[in-house]
Amino acid sequence: MDSLYLLLPLSVLLVLALIALFAWALDRGQFDDLDREGRRVLEDSKPGEALVERSGTGEVPTELDSAQHRTHSAHKN
Amino acid sequence: MTEKTQAVAAPVYNDRVVRLFALAAVLWGTVGMTVGVLIAAQLAWPDITYGIPWLSYGRLRPLHTNAVIFAFGGCALFATSFHVVQRTCQVRLFADKLADFVFWGWQAVIVAAAISLPMGYTQGKEYAELEWPIDILITLVWVAYAIVFFGTVGTRRVRHIYVANWFFGAYILTIALLHVVNSAMLPVSFMKSYSAYAGVQDAMIQWWYAHNAVGFFLTAGFLGMMYYYIPKQAERPVYSYRLSIVHFWALIFTYMWAGPHHLHYTALPDWVQSVGMVFSLVLLAPSWGGMINGIMTLSGAWHKLRDDPILKFLIVSLSFYGMSTFEGPMMSIKTVNALSHYTDWTVGHVHSGALGWVGFITMGSLYYLIPRMVGRVQMHSVRAIELHFWIATLGVVLYIAAMWIAGVMQGLMWRAVNPDGTLVYSFVESVRASYPFYVVRLLGGLLYLFGMLLMVWNVVMTVRPPRQAPALQPAAATA
Repeated sequence: MDSLYLLLPLSVLLVLALIALFAWALDRGQFDDLDREGRRVLEDSKPGEALVERSGTGEVPTELDSAQHRTHSAHKN
Repeated sequence: MTEKTQAVAAPVYNDRVVRLFALAAVLWGTVGMTVGVLIAAQLAWPDITYGIPWLSYGRLRPLHTNAVIFAFGGCALFATSFHVVQRTCQVRLFADKLADFVFWGWQAVIVAAAISLPMGYTQGKEYAELEWPIDILITLVWVAYAIVFFGTVGTRRVRHIYVANWFFGAYILTIALLHVVNSAMLPVSFMKSYSAYAGVQDAMIQWWYAHNAVGFFLTAGFLGMMYYYIPKQAERPVYSYRLSIVHFWALIFTYMWAGPHHLHYTALPDWVQSVGMVFSLVLLAPSWGGMINGIMTLSGAWHKLRDDPILKFLIVSLSFYGMSTFEGPMMSIKTVNALSHYTDWTVGHVHSGALGWVGFITMGSLYYLIPRMVGRVQMHSVRAIELHFWIATLGVVLYIAAMWIAGVMQGLMWRAVNPDGTLVYSFVESVRASYPFYVVRLLGGLLYLFGMLLMVWNVVMTVRPPRQAPALQPAAATA
């Protein structure tokens, strides 16, 4: 099975690379405050995101608190 | 917080390329599914295209798979990864011109596939049929894609890299590796080449490629969508962000060796087959962890599922993900595979993943994305999304139920042996017995395609410049 001489070393290299990447992420504090990071994704929501690009005004509420957020979302759906 | 104050001032995102890819995904999805319906009809009525060579099953089937996987799925992945990476890193895409090259280069690949495959040019490798000049173009586009994506991650304004970007990143890097290794061909002329590997070596490389393409293109990439668009649409953070990190690392550490399960009971050494089976079984754990994590995001807000058809698409896609990631490991068990291999059960399994998981998560994500990319709050018709959902669900259920029954029936007929050792059924008898299920499958495919056409109408109505807001028209015209 000659092809395994290619695929197996490739897998080993890949796993080593993944371990290095995981160590890098751990070391850089990527996993330090996961609850906060999970919520952050909701904070960039802006009404009509594409309008920002077109008008270029940037007058968009980025600091929506959760209460405003809900009222904003209520008329969305 | 300092990261956020910076973000207020700056990012004007590159939504143009996102919009282009999103619209292209809808277009190519319709084309790819139409070809799928045609070849499903050919299986029920083989003479339906009057023996025209360019429309023969053998040439259109790779056109169908390439169109739905790489044109529809690919464009959706480009659109969503470029959208998600900008929003979660709060920075504009790295290298706008290169992003444009990714778009036009990928469209060129798709058009080249749509011309060369019906003409009969093929490398004969499943999901890697495109001949060597197109392979080179794919490589160039993919390198540009990686530069744009990782360049954006590298210039991010948020320290943390959101989990969706990890999934997108893994998919981009792995597809690059898979494509280069599997597409190692020796060209003998323009549009003709031979594999650098031979016999069972080639088969091993091919299925190492093809199953990892399933794992990283059709799973990891779309999980990236799942981890962004489900929280956004549900307006809740993912159920356990910690579990999503575990999901990512567990999946990519264990995925690579599932490929040999495609070669059970072949010339591949027995131990390699067993390794493939064991790794396939291991995959059940991270897959179900991710599925539960995504669905439980709605925990405490299940009522949203009742009113919101986009969430229906997204959440039901996860239940199909759970179904097919349970079915897959079961089918990889050698004794089960002895029954299922070479039957239509495999086709049913693939489509429960493709139509149910990949299709639904894509449609849900595009329904979220497209109105936002043209400056609208939501799609033109929410009721049309609801209708699309139910029609498509009915289509998938008809499709996979027909293929399950046909597949198990074929497996049982092929293995039935008389007391004197002769076969009870000839092969053609199993084909004949499959006929009604092929018709039901066609019906399921037609329903799914009809749902897609509803989406096309809805998208057209959404991106048309609104009459009441003429100020938007010049910008929309560039779309």
